[in-house]
Amino acid sequence: MFRNQYDTDVTTWSPAGRLFQVEYAMEAVKQGAAAVGLRSASHVVLATVNKAASDLSSYQKKVFKIDDHIGVAIAGLTADGRVLSRYLRNECINHAFVYESPLPVSRLVVRLADKAQRISGLTLMILQEQVCTQRSWKRPYGVGLLVAGLDETGAHLYYNCPSGNYFEYQAFAIGSRSQAAKTFLERRFESFNNYSRDELIKDAIFAIKETLQGEKLTSAICTLAVVGKDEAFHLIDQKIIQELIDSMEIKEDAPADQAPVTDEDGSTGAAPMDI
Amino acid sequence: MEASLIVDNGATERTLNPYVTGTSVIGMKYKDGVIFAADTGGSYGSTLRYKSVERIKPIGKHSILGASGEISDFQEILRYLDELILNDNMWDDGNSLGPKEIHNYLTRVMYNRRNKFDPLFNSLVVGGVKNGQKYLGMVSMIGTHFEDNHVATGFGNHLARPLLRAEWREDLSFEEAVKLMEKCLLVLLYRDRSAINKFQIAKITEEGVTISQPYALKTNWGFSAFQNPSKGAEGSW
Repeated sequence: MFRNQYDTDVTTWSPAGRLFQVEYAMEAVKQGAAAVGLRSASHVVLATVNKAASDLSSYQKKVFKIDDHIGVAIAGLTADGRVLSRYLRNECINHAFVYESPLPVSRLVVRLADKAQRISGLTLMILQEQVCTQRSWKRPYGVGLLVAGLDETGAHLYYNCPSGNYFEYQAFAIGSRSQAAKTFLERRFESFNNYSRDELIKDAIFAIKETLQGEKLTSAICTLAVVGKDEAFHLIDQKIIQELIDSMEIKEDAPADQAPVTDEDGSTGAAPMDI
Repeated sequence: MEASLIVDNGATERTLNPYVTGTSVIGMKYKDGVIFAADTGGSYGSTLRYKSVERIKPIGKHSILGASGEISDFQEILRYLDELILNDNMWDDGNSLGPKEIHNYLTRVMYNRRNKFDPLFNSLVVGGVKNGQKYLGMVSMIGTHFEDNHVATGFGNHLARPLLRAEWREDLSFEEAVKLMEKCLLVLLYRDRSAINKFQIAKITEEGVTISQPYALKTNWGFSAFQNPSKGAEGSW
């Protein structure tokens, strides 16, 4: 994308009908470290790549628990992600206070999308609180969120975009080199609904592995979180992640000893990578 | 013009006394769901002025609400709930507000009003069935709230609940529950001055809500003491 005269503020349309600032915000998401989400009928798993600014620093937190039944993984400007997580937590807690009941995931993502849209685009509706205004001093949120949660209608995975759009997914990946993960997930997503919790976690780790493109996968650079029907949203212990990675690698090494890797169903499924 | 329409020197108008009131509501869980009963009377002080006031209403798909106390405040509450349910339905996303959510919402409303010294003069009974779970709770005008297997408002607390504590069981059939209910209603009819002999029974199960047509109970006033009420009082002063 190149500079042009229509990209100075978020309230200017280009002649082609695009809001460049919003598109640039989505670009920020693409530059962030990868995050993937997978959903089965009863569980949702989120996994992220932990990128540290330098060897001396620790990595930024990219997975946030929003409520017992909802969690998010972010990619992009993590500072914006933190602000939005605080907003989401507030919404959930306010709902629980009034109704003693968890906020349905779909209703949470709509509130988030409305918030993003109020900032990223023109407010076209004349609402009581927002008279049709053009707030040109605000910028869009530079973060994409994978919202994973459970409510009475089942397990859900949504992707909230800086543009204010949101979509429901069976599985999705965002951030840098997410295309590799997406390709991996596209091949397997049809069976996800029937996956057990552990199979789902394994595939999430695999998807993250795809985004690393040869870099060694250790538990130090991977954060994993799961939410399920009788399981509150929580991060999985690093030790357990390392155990899973090790068990996966053993299976991977075994067939590699023999002839060229044949794509078996289930156990390995690692795509041939060029290092 | 009514002073209540103009906020004068900061003074607020608020309900200080109830005017048209309903008397007890009784609710209990039974095998298939929850059953409520209330009479259809609206008293204006000590006058039994209105005889066809429906004090039990269905709320959404899963709940029923019964109220005693100020009838106009009950109607206001119904308006709040109507808006709540409408917005819930507009989502059209498979999620719906159940009796637990309604109960808690009402608790918040009642407590908030109490804190502003402008209470809604009602005792509310909320019940329902959602996803096989039966729910029954009560909210008072000051925001006190609790759940139980059987609840009652007003005089019902003193006259009906002891009966329910003695005879209620988890697995009452609908007929048995109605019989128990009528036993309580009869006591209230005899002893509560603001009760009238015209009742509605409402039941809610997983399938839905049914509110009966008003009907009367058979009462017995043929006691010898009533034949000549002033016997013994002649010439006493």
